Amino acid sequence: MSLIHTLARLEAVESGRAQPLAMVRHRHLAARPLVFVPLTTAGEAGAPLGALVGSDRERPRLLVVPQPRDRDLRFAFLADLAEEVLPYVDSFAEDTEPAEQSKTDPETGKRVKVEVELCADAPQLIVPSRAGVDFVRLLGRSMRFRRTAEQDPDTPYPAPARVPLLGRWLTHFAERARVPGSTLIAAMTELLARHWATGQSSLEDQHLGALLAWIDPPGGDAGAEAARRAETARDAGGQLLCPPAGPATDPAFDNKLLAPAIERYDRARTALAAADDGPSADHRLAELTAAEREIGALVESRTRPTWDAVWHGLDLLNDLPEGERAAERWTRDRWSYTGHRDRVLAGEPPQPRRDDAVTAANKLAARETAQARLEAQEALDDPLVMAARRLSGEAFAGEVTEVVMAYSESKRPSPRPLVTLRTDDGPHLAERAKVYRSLAGKPQSAQFVGYDEEGGVVLRIMDKMGRGKEPDEGSVPEKGDQVTWTLFEHAPRGGPSLPEPEDTPWTHGGPPGTGAEAPDPVTSEDTL
Amino acid sequence: MSSADPRTHGADAPFDPSAEAARATAAILHDTLHGEARGVVVDSPPGAGKSTLVVNAARELAAAGRPLMVVAQTNAQVDDLVLRLAEKEPDLPVGRLHSSDADPYDKALDDLEHVRKSTKASDLAGLDVVISTAAKWAHVSGVEPWRHAIVDEAYQMRSDALLAVAGLFERALFVGDPGQLDPFAIVGSEQWAGLSYDPSASAVSTLLAHNPSLPQHRLPVSWRLPASAAPLVSDAFYPYTRFRSGTGHGDRSLSFGVPSDGGGPDRVLDEAAASGWGLLELPARHTPRTDPEAVRAVAAVVRRLLDRGGATVSERSPDPVPLTADRIAVGTAHRDQAAAVRAALAELAVSGVTVDTANRLQGREYDVTVVLHPLSGRPDATAFHLETGRLCVLASRHRHACIVVARAGIADLLDDHPSTEPVQLGVTVKFPDGWEANHAVLSHLSEHRVPWQP
Amino acid sequence: MTALRQRLAELRGPAVPAKALDARALAALAANPGCRRRALLDGAGVDKSALAQALGSPSGFGQSQFAFVRGNAFEAKVKADGGAELLRLVHAHLGGGPEPTTGAPDGDPAAVRTPDLAAAGPEGRAARTALALREASGTRAWTLLDHPMLALDVAGSPAFLEPDAVVVHPDGHWTVVEIKSFPMIDGAADAAKVGSAARQAAVYALALQQVAGHLDPAPPVHHRVLLVCPKDFSNQPTAAVMDVRKQLSVTKRQLGRLTRIEDIADALPEGTTFDVERPAAELTEAVESVPAAYAPECLAACELAFHCRERARGDGEVTALGRSVRGELGALTAVEDVLAAARGTAGDPDDPAVAALRRAAGLRAEALAAAGGDTAC
Repeated sequence: MSLIHTLARLEAVESGRAQPLAMVRHRHLAARPLVFVPLTTAGEAGAPLGALVGSDRERPRLLVVPQPRDRDLRFAFLADLAEEVLPYVDSFAEDTEPAEQSKTDPETGKRVKVEVELCADAPQLIVPSRAGVDFVRLLGRSMRFRRTAEQDPDTPYPAPARVPLLGRWLTHFAERARVPGSTLIAAMTELLARHWATGQSSLEDQHLGALLAWIDPPGGDAGAEAARRAETARDAGGQLLCPPAGPATDPAFDNKLLAPAIERYDRARTALAAADDGPSADHRLAELTAAEREIGALVESRTRPTWDAVWHGLDLLNDLPEGERAAERWTRDRWSYTGHRDRVLAGEPPQPRRDDAVTAANKLAARETAQARLEAQEALDDPLVMAARRLSGEAFAGEVTEVVMAYSESKRPSPRPLVTLRTDDGPHLAERAKVYRSLAGKPQSAQFVGYDEEGGVVLRIMDKMGRGKEPDEGSVPEKGDQVTWTLFEHAPRGGPSLPEPEDTPWTHGGPPGTGAEAPDPVTSEDTL
Repeated sequence: MSSADPRTHGADAPFDPSAEAARATAAILHDTLHGEARGVVVDSPPGAGKSTLVVNAARELAAAGRPLMVVAQTNAQVDDLVLRLAEKEPDLPVGRLHSSDADPYDKALDDLEHVRKSTKASDLAGLDVVISTAAKWAHVSGVEPWRHAIVDEAYQMRSDALLAVAGLFERALFVGDPGQLDPFAIVGSEQWAGLSYDPSASAVSTLLAHNPSLPQHRLPVSWRLPASAAPLVSDAFYPYTRFRSGTGHGDRSLSFGVPSDGGGPDRVLDEAAASGWGLLELPARHTPRTDPEAVRAVAAVVRRLLDRGGATVSERSPDPVPLTADRIAVGTAHRDQAAAVRAALAELAVSGVTVDTANRLQGREYDVTVVLHPLSGRPDATAFHLETGRLCVLASRHRHACIVVARAGIADLLDDHPSTEPVQLGVTVKFPDGWEANHAVLSHLSEHRVPWQP
Repeated sequence: MTALRQRLAELRGPAVPAKALDARALAALAANPGCRRRALLDGAGVDKSALAQALGSPSGFGQSQFAFVRGNAFEAKVKADGGAELLRLVHAHLGGGPEPTTGAPDGDPAAVRTPDLAAAGPEGRAARTALALREASGTRAWTLLDHPMLALDVAGSPAFLEPDAVVVHPDGHWTVVEIKSFPMIDGAADAAKVGSAARQAAVYALALQQVAGHLDPAPPVHHRVLLVCPKDFSNQPTAAVMDVRKQLSVTKRQLGRLTRIEDIADALPEGTTFDVERPAAELTEAVESVPAAYAPECLAACELAFHCRERARGDGEVTALGRSVRGELGALTAVEDVLAAARGTAGDPDDPAVAALRRAAGLRAEALAAAGGDTAC
């Protein structure tokens, strides 16, 4: 944690309120996000208990699995979830704009520009916490290899029609979540923690209720007290007043409320199955419906507070102006969405269980580039972020005290003016280090020459001064200007291109096997 | 495993380091030149003659008429190899493939007649040996594969970097030190943990996971570390691949022309001169990284080292050689600590002493090193500060003596360190871990402790 | 040691039986070994959950009955048919003999023995287990010990530990088996859960080493432990090997340090007791008399964490915000002192920590002012 961040937390402790960590919003937020608040069953891998889902904050759709161990009920839940999520995801597929993409020409092997479609906007999933993203990944994994009766008439326990497709989309969202700066899917706790420093630890910040209590305490209470209440306060029945944001539930809820309700449901179902005449069946059906409704009410009572908290968080975040370069990252999310749309349309198989060597290396390289880009862009968009980089010696700001014209020693001399900067910062400048500043949104580079007698930093401007002998108007800082230079690149490039998977070298096991992966074997005992 | 194992020698069998090392080298060169396997892996502990091996292998491969590419990890390593190769065999046509950045290579290469430099691999086609960094090689495409490659510092190379260059060669010799700092990624890579080709793992672990039958050798003798250091470094950091020092206890000595003034720095210098190790222990205190007292203590030790007219005797020369600034290095964990030590040395008018972080000291060698202990003054031990490789690098750069400066209390800090690491299935456990290695080194250092209140 | 036992019994309170140390508690010793409060309370066998309740800061730990039922059902499934599936997994991952065949005749190395370990009381069961282990080591066949009982010497008192299973291989090796109900999906599992399983397994392996140490020659105890979990989304068992050398060495060292509880106990005021029957104020005082080392990680590992957190916050300890926070603060440990140093109202400007704080505060204020922000929101 940077010292500036630490200081912000300590100020939050002192003031009892969260303190800003950012002056702008560094993540794009969609105008119409889809909020998903799932709950899972303790002890089971990916057995959902229920969820609230939707893009209308007033009217979430409640989905419930009254007996999570029942495969048919789980499938019904997943089919309902697909019915909510897929139309939303698809609604961004049609509206496209022309764009250019560089591709390798299969005949010449050269990189060529091709015109492609880019979706004008993309879906955005918001879940309460990091655990919610993990749950989305788990659901995606559990569904994408399922077979429907249409795909395979012989499959035992066929999945409802759209469930495998939902699995592929959820997998895509969850995988995209690993790309720094991406918001195709976002966890509310992480969005908030990026923008505010609370007076508690980052571990405690993972509790959405406690985090919001610091940022916007109800009734103007002190943050610590409000957060403590959100974490631990219980009603007379021993239930948490602010239920955990899930997907895991509180054991007290499971044991005292949910388990008896599920038991009633099971009994009602057994009774219904055993009903031998119409009237008693009617009666027992009513009992079953009541039991089902009870579980529904329980699930809603544990998800609705979280649902409201997520929207509250969105309100708070939307009050911040969006950082200038956040749009550029959202465009990459749109590319990601468009790409997956195309793969689905092209009938490609679901994402494999584990990446092959080349895919893994490509993903790692892309994420490292994204991380470097994110750090650079956030600093350029936000003086508070830049302040932390200045403190760590990765950037410096100051006033220009002298500009001396100089030229390169080539046949056609180009301007290489020497600029001296007075700064209080302590940049870690190595000999001939390259530094950058933002000039009309584009990076201009300079070389560190040395320090003058008064400790001023002398830089030689290297580019972005036009083609003439004299630098273009405004392309060289002037005496008295306040300028910020960074030691990091503003637009870090990606790594080298890797071989195609079919050319995987012997050091990495050679080419991977081809063909789609087999579905998970199903047994009568499967929990999902 | 065809390399000689020093442990197989009985206690009374005389250990002949030169013969052992020669045997290992011969076996390595044999497998490289005449073996069937596509790869040969060589583990080289600190100062075991890795660079010499690389140069010898390159010359032999060139002599056998096999075009060779050499992959190193940094430009400094590449330039160093080019210089060593030219020194041994000035007529050998060598290509130095470099980037198009400013100052892409050491200017000393311009003086070498048979070394051609270019940014394009095609310009260097046909030369016996072409050397570059892994990063630069990764951009080479559309060329005939080389029949042979040498991959240097292969344990510090990431698996994905090897993936990017492995298509350029048919077979390769992989050389490196498994005890130094592991490569890392700046983003999480847990999703690939346990996969044989985890892109964030080291190139060697991927290579061996896919080709477990490749011949693996190790160089059994450290020519750098003195007899006082090899057992500790070997036990603490290489418990399963032990090595010995090439020199005996009487072969090296460090002495001072000026007697001790009785102060802490002088006493620790005398201890280090006598035993090869010294721990200058300052009173326990929690401090920021650039602990001014510790930094000043490091500078004072270096100042006294020079002032007292240090002289070394070693197998290289029977006559005492003055210990000069260029034979001394200061090692730290962090860059700001290195900067603070440099400033403190400048205040004492010391120049010419190398001051750098463990990362940058990898592969380098000095007569005497002064180390600011990574855990000195820390309120908490972190994975970074506990990393086995960091301590190993710092404790294994010296030919004569290593002096560690630290606040008291590191043992308690280690004992109080929470041990709650996550465990990834399928990932080979690196053993010993930093916690254990730190305890081992500390307990050895405590026998050479000089408490000092500056 | 009896004096210490007597002292610890006094600390628990009269007539309060010691809460037995189980493997989970022993493994947790390594979670925050710097905390004297935890070391003493655990060492004395104080029920921390009850203590937290009595102090007015209940822990909130609990287990869902769904997880409990599922865990038991899975373990039963793994051990069904005389442990056939379990032994198949042990053999497939660790070898050590021919493929086990339940029902093979005695004397056949593929035969599987499942000795009855029933006995009265933990001491009896531990003795029975030790006997069964000794017998098994001579048979050169597979032996499955279902819920054996192992005694481990902890600071002079025996702790009784009950691993899910121990397997003796025909080649004489002993292996600890951990059965967990979290899934292994595509060969990977939650690394935090695997980590805690590994620490727990290391405690069993250590106890097993002690038992082995009483035999001559001592049978080798695998430092590779078998973790059995449900595969993917099914109820089918699958397994992976965990190398617990590191956890073993940490556990050994921390158990060795437990002897210091005597010193901790000696430093307490006369008459100190953690008997939950005492009034809350008195209990609070007693707890406060043992220094704690609270960090946010305690919230997931110690029943007393909420109590300690309130205290740490009340005292303005910066570590309440996370252990890493202290990294750059040097000798400053209190929120108030750090802020005063940052604002220039206290602290030595030549101290690099103070200087860095002032620079940080200046840069932060400058950025907030530049953006028109208001710190006092």
